[in-house]
Amino acid sequence: MRTVQWVRAHSVAMIAALALGFLFLPIVIVVLFSFNNPAGRYNFTWQGFTTHNWTHPCDVPGMCTAVGLSLKIGILSTIIATLLGTLIAFAITRHDFRGRSSTNLLIFLPMATPEVVMGSSLLALFINLNVSLGFTTILIAHIMFNISFVVVTVKARLQGLDRRLEQAAMDLYANEWQTFRRVTLPLVFPGILAAALLAFSLSFDDFIITNFNSGNTVTFPMFVWGAAQRGIPAQINVIGSLMFIGALVITLAVTFSGRRRAAR
Amino acid sequence: MTVAAPVAAATEGGPAPGRARSRGTRKSRWLPYWLLAPGTLWLTVFFIVPMVTLVGTSLQTGSLDAGYSLTWHWSNYTHTLSTYSSQFLRSLLYAGLATLAAIAIAYPLAYTIAFKSGRWKNLLLVLVIAPFFTSFLVRTLAWETILSDTGFVVRILRDVHIIGPDGRLLATPLAVVCGLTYNFLPFMTLPLYASLEKIDPRLIEAATDLYCTPFTAFRKVTWKLSMPGVVAGTLLTFIPAAGDYVNVQFLGSPQQQMIGNVIQSRFLVVNDYPGAAALSFSLMIVILVLVVAYVRRSGTEELV
Repeated sequence: MRTVQWVRAHSVAMIAALALGFLFLPIVIVVLFSFNNPAGRYNFTWQGFTTHNWTHPCDVPGMCTAVGLSLKIGILSTIIATLLGTLIAFAITRHDFRGRSSTNLLIFLPMATPEVVMGSSLLALFINLNVSLGFTTILIAHIMFNISFVVVTVKARLQGLDRRLEQAAMDLYANEWQTFRRVTLPLVFPGILAAALLAFSLSFDDFIITNFNSGNTVTFPMFVWGAAQRGIPAQINVIGSLMFIGALVITLAVTFSGRRRAAR
Repeated sequence: MTVAAPVAAATEGGPAPGRARSRGTRKSRWLPYWLLAPGTLWLTVFFIVPMVTLVGTSLQTGSLDAGYSLTWHWSNYTHTLSTYSSQFLRSLLYAGLATLAAIAIAYPLAYTIAFKSGRWKNLLLVLVIAPFFTSFLVRTLAWETILSDTGFVVRILRDVHIIGPDGRLLATPLAVVCGLTYNFLPFMTLPLYASLEKIDPRLIEAATDLYCTPFTAFRKVTWKLSMPGVVAGTLLTFIPAAGDYVNVQFLGSPQQQMIGNVIQSRFLVVNDYPGAAALSFSLMIVILVLVVAYVRRSGTEELV
């Protein structure tokens, strides 16, 4: 009887544990197969253990250049989109202006549009204007789809701010700029940081929109797409594993440093 | 709605301050427009204008060599839509199935994190998001490995005779829906978590105190109060799933082609720009209509 009761009390948690297993199954495979020593061109069956892929990640022609390019586009698009998006978030939460609802719609629409539509419409524009595709067109596209995500993330943080802190600063004779610099910005910063991290990961990982606007330029996702038709080197899994570990470390650090500060 | 925003909103809490009172000086009257200008200009030039160009392109005729020109050729729409109607319907079907599967998986997960996780809450949230920082394409390839004919899943299913000795999982609708479900799962989990987290557990206790069975209490209280999360999660899962072509490419076969595959190949391989543009704009319209109808019906206004 007791086991039956226990199972009933914990059934939801057990389903959740299964769901977590489902989430991590592919990650386990990615990491495991980064140590595989594949016999053919495809990395689908386990052949034998090797650390060669980890010690020689750049042996695959073109892959490390692609990773470098993705990093470069990711950093540039993150900086620009975070700046533009943060300005919009401040305008929306802190000011009254005409055209608020159309601005909200303009922010919402890119998030409600399938990537294939955004990618193809930008390509239609570039074709009609005879713009040659490459680094610049990818960067333009990434900034475009990142702006909305930055706005929403920073907005959430700004709306949670206690306005009385700023009023207190003003009461203590801080001028507007000092208040912004010493009070508002430090309080909003975690939101801006979260937005920047999100924007970077979206840009670094974007495939569909990039696929339409890259021409012959090869970012890391484009490299994987091409490799999937020709044969998949195990080094791709090394990069995949590194991305997972890097993201895990950064999110854990951000989450728990934020909590410690809150506890203090 | 983003991956991070609901979490941020849910964990911050705090008082919602009123909008700043405009002081009416010339400087502050123009300030919001200066703040808005660069970003909205970017979105207008690289999102709105391309949409208009897409419609223009969809009404052109011509060929790649001779060049295309605008001839208001509306039959591009009727022609492509009738040719690719099965791919179109399949996209909506697969995306719908993936969305339902995502609710089924994400709801218990979000529920456990919100109500049962105690001090592990933050760690669990990180664990739920972390897998999705591994490249989208790399994790879809991992599914290709898992579901492949020589993989352990197929071998077990063959051994227990759930599938025949030559049965496969790759190149079936099941594999494609599985991939779609997996890849967009955090977009379901996080909004669900954000709205479940806001529910006062005492409301559920009150329902059971008033002789609701646990199931009725769930149906009438928890589920109802989590509706904003269900609606947001459904949209955030359905929309990208309906336009996706990577999962079919890696996990499916030509028999499972979705509309994204058609748009991709007609634009980038066949270079039939007008036809591809017509399909792409039709997809946009269908999605918008579905979104508006769905949001109206579920009566959730606070999405943006």
